[in-house]
Amino acid sequence: MIEAIPTQLIIILVGLAATMAFVGLNAILLVYLERKVAGFIHRRPGPYEVGPHGILQPFADGLKLVGKQIFTPKGADSVLFWLAPMISMAPAIVCFLVIPFGPNVLIFNTNVGLVLILAFTGINVLALCIAGWTSQNKYALVGAARGVSQSVAYEIPLLLAVLPIIFMTGTFNLYDITLGQGAWPWQWFIVYQPVAFVIFFICALAETNRAPFDLPEAESELTAGFHTEYSGMGFALFFLSEYAYMVIAACVTAVLFLGGFQGPVVSGWWWFLAKVYILLLIMIWIRWTFPRVRFDQLLNICWKWLIPLAIINLLITLLVIAL
Amino acid sequence: MKLDLRLDTSGDFYAQKFQPTKREDTLILNMGPQHPSTHGVLRILLEIDGEYIVRAEPVLGYIHRMHEKMAEVMSYPQYLPNPARTDYLHALAWGWAHVGAVERLMGLEVPERAEYIRVITCELNRINSHLLWWGAYLLDLGAFTPIMYAFDDREIIMDILQRVTGSRLTYCYYRFGGVSKDIDDRFVAETREQCTRMKERFKMYKDLVTDNYILRQRVEEIGEISVNACRKYGATGPVLRGSGQAYDVRRAEPYSVYDRFDFNIPTYDSCDAMGRYMVRMDEMQESINIIEQALDTLPQGNFIHPKAPKRAKPPAGDVYFAVEGARGKIRMHLVSDGGKSAYRLKLRAPGFSNLSLFGEVSSGTLISDAVSILGSLDLVIPEIDR
Repeated sequence: MIEAIPTQLIIILVGLAATMAFVGLNAILLVYLERKVAGFIHRRPGPYEVGPHGILQPFADGLKLVGKQIFTPKGADSVLFWLAPMISMAPAIVCFLVIPFGPNVLIFNTNVGLVLILAFTGINVLALCIAGWTSQNKYALVGAARGVSQSVAYEIPLLLAVLPIIFMTGTFNLYDITLGQGAWPWQWFIVYQPVAFVIFFICALAETNRAPFDLPEAESELTAGFHTEYSGMGFALFFLSEYAYMVIAACVTAVLFLGGFQGPVVSGWWWFLAKVYILLLIMIWIRWTFPRVRFDQLLNICWKWLIPLAIINLLITLLVIAL
Repeated sequence: MKLDLRLDTSGDFYAQKFQPTKREDTLILNMGPQHPSTHGVLRILLEIDGEYIVRAEPVLGYIHRMHEKMAEVMSYPQYLPNPARTDYLHALAWGWAHVGAVERLMGLEVPERAEYIRVITCELNRINSHLLWWGAYLLDLGAFTPIMYAFDDREIIMDILQRVTGSRLTYCYYRFGGVSKDIDDRFVAETREQCTRMKERFKMYKDLVTDNYILRQRVEEIGEISVNACRKYGATGPVLRGSGQAYDVRRAEPYSVYDRFDFNIPTYDSCDAMGRYMVRMDEMQESINIIEQALDTLPQGNFIHPKAPKRAKPPAGDVYFAVEGARGKIRMHLVSDGGKSAYRLKLRAPGFSNLSLFGEVSSGTLISDAVSILGSLDLVIPEIDR
């Protein structure tokens, strides 16, 4: 009976379960990290009551969210309304399948790994749009409109920033891209492509709706933006997917620019996780330091600065490769 | 599922009054009374075209508590804690306006030491008010951290004031003819220490926040209010001074001992939110300047007039008294018929006039800018609704 199932499928299923656990674990860790780092920046202790140094706080939060009433607003399309958080969450899990965590820790080695990630993360926009539209709430609607135009705009420089790497390595396979770089920091692509790195990181912040680009959920303007009407697990899923996308963004940045799992002395998944968490800490640091940009400024940065810069960078790269 | 954009038949009296002149392709958005950046229970009806505001109309009255009527039924000493509840951020200035009006009507002289104590505590309170505004304004703009730093400083000032006034926010410290409790050496020492500390902190605030590029993009050339618009609506305080008019009650109608201190009136000609921001930042430094001068020349003597009446009963007549609050000109017009409570007490809240500007200034701006403008007006809703 077992022989009838292709081995590849079993690996993917086991991998999916493993990634779900990884995403959950990461979310717990990140929630705690974010609150503690915010506390550090604010000069306050942060969570301190639940467990020693508040380490059980994420579980308390989760339990609270699970216990909340599932509430569908009046006049909302309940099917689409509850579909949106799932649409937001599901692609995030798939994306982890193709990320090479270590030399032997790779669930699904495919030639189109990078394309798969870029395609699946794009689905998040749809979830945002549906959530805002079906909530039957004007704040949510404005938030969704912001989210869609922001994500669509920032996909372009994001792709343009990735292309130089593709041309340099000649592959979409994330494993091969990792191997294309050396173990030491000066052999990483960040040294060859610093402009692309900066553009990619800014776009990643915008794509994941992180501050200072957290306009779709700008709580001082739109109360909570597209997820205003979500309670309990609906909100929790959006929350979880936001952190999952953050981790994906950090993972892809680490693979493309920071040498992935390769590192000095002994390469392995530990180097990968260290790089990912440093990037995540930088994201958290940025969030708690800067004010939010305005919407037209956000699009101006994209169209007037990032896209031309990315195109110039791409052309220079091509020229160097051709020569 | 389908959001009807054309006609919204729901809504209360104000929404329906707002409705008829609405354009076909716009949306009416209720900002408040429960909205994170209206800081209290202000409600603003917005007609939005996408992200742009076509029309804005503030709706007031959600925290109307009849402070003026209370003055007519309560005796003068009973009313003492009330003014602090109107503007809870600059409570001492409101208390001062009340006792000042009664003192002026009674012809009661305030001992010099009491005047100095009033100046010191009122200026400390002004710094507190501006600090909270600063933190909350940046919170509106999406920066979370500064408010924590502001509260760090506020905490120390509140501790200092708590020792002499007995409360931390809604102070009831001034009495007819003086203050309720004398200040001691510890108060003087702590205040001096805090003044030195604040000077260092202002440098950090400048580096951390004021010079930030994103912040400047959010406040510069946003919400431009001309001097004429200020005159038209009766705007005072930092809003007027941010438009280039150096009007300060402490200088224009000197009360108490303010004419003895050497201080500047910061003004900015840019007329935008940045101008108002800078005026408040500079004003905190001027307040520290005043406090230090007052501490240096603090006279000895009574902290309350020895013959100050327990039950104030001013003669018949009417009197006017104005003080400079953190938000602008606080004015009290007291009419007395010789009884034990006021015949009529008119409170002029600066926030009310400043808010009136909002409708005109915000039309044609983005929602984000409207939040920025609203924050830069520094509104305290209980004061506006009274």
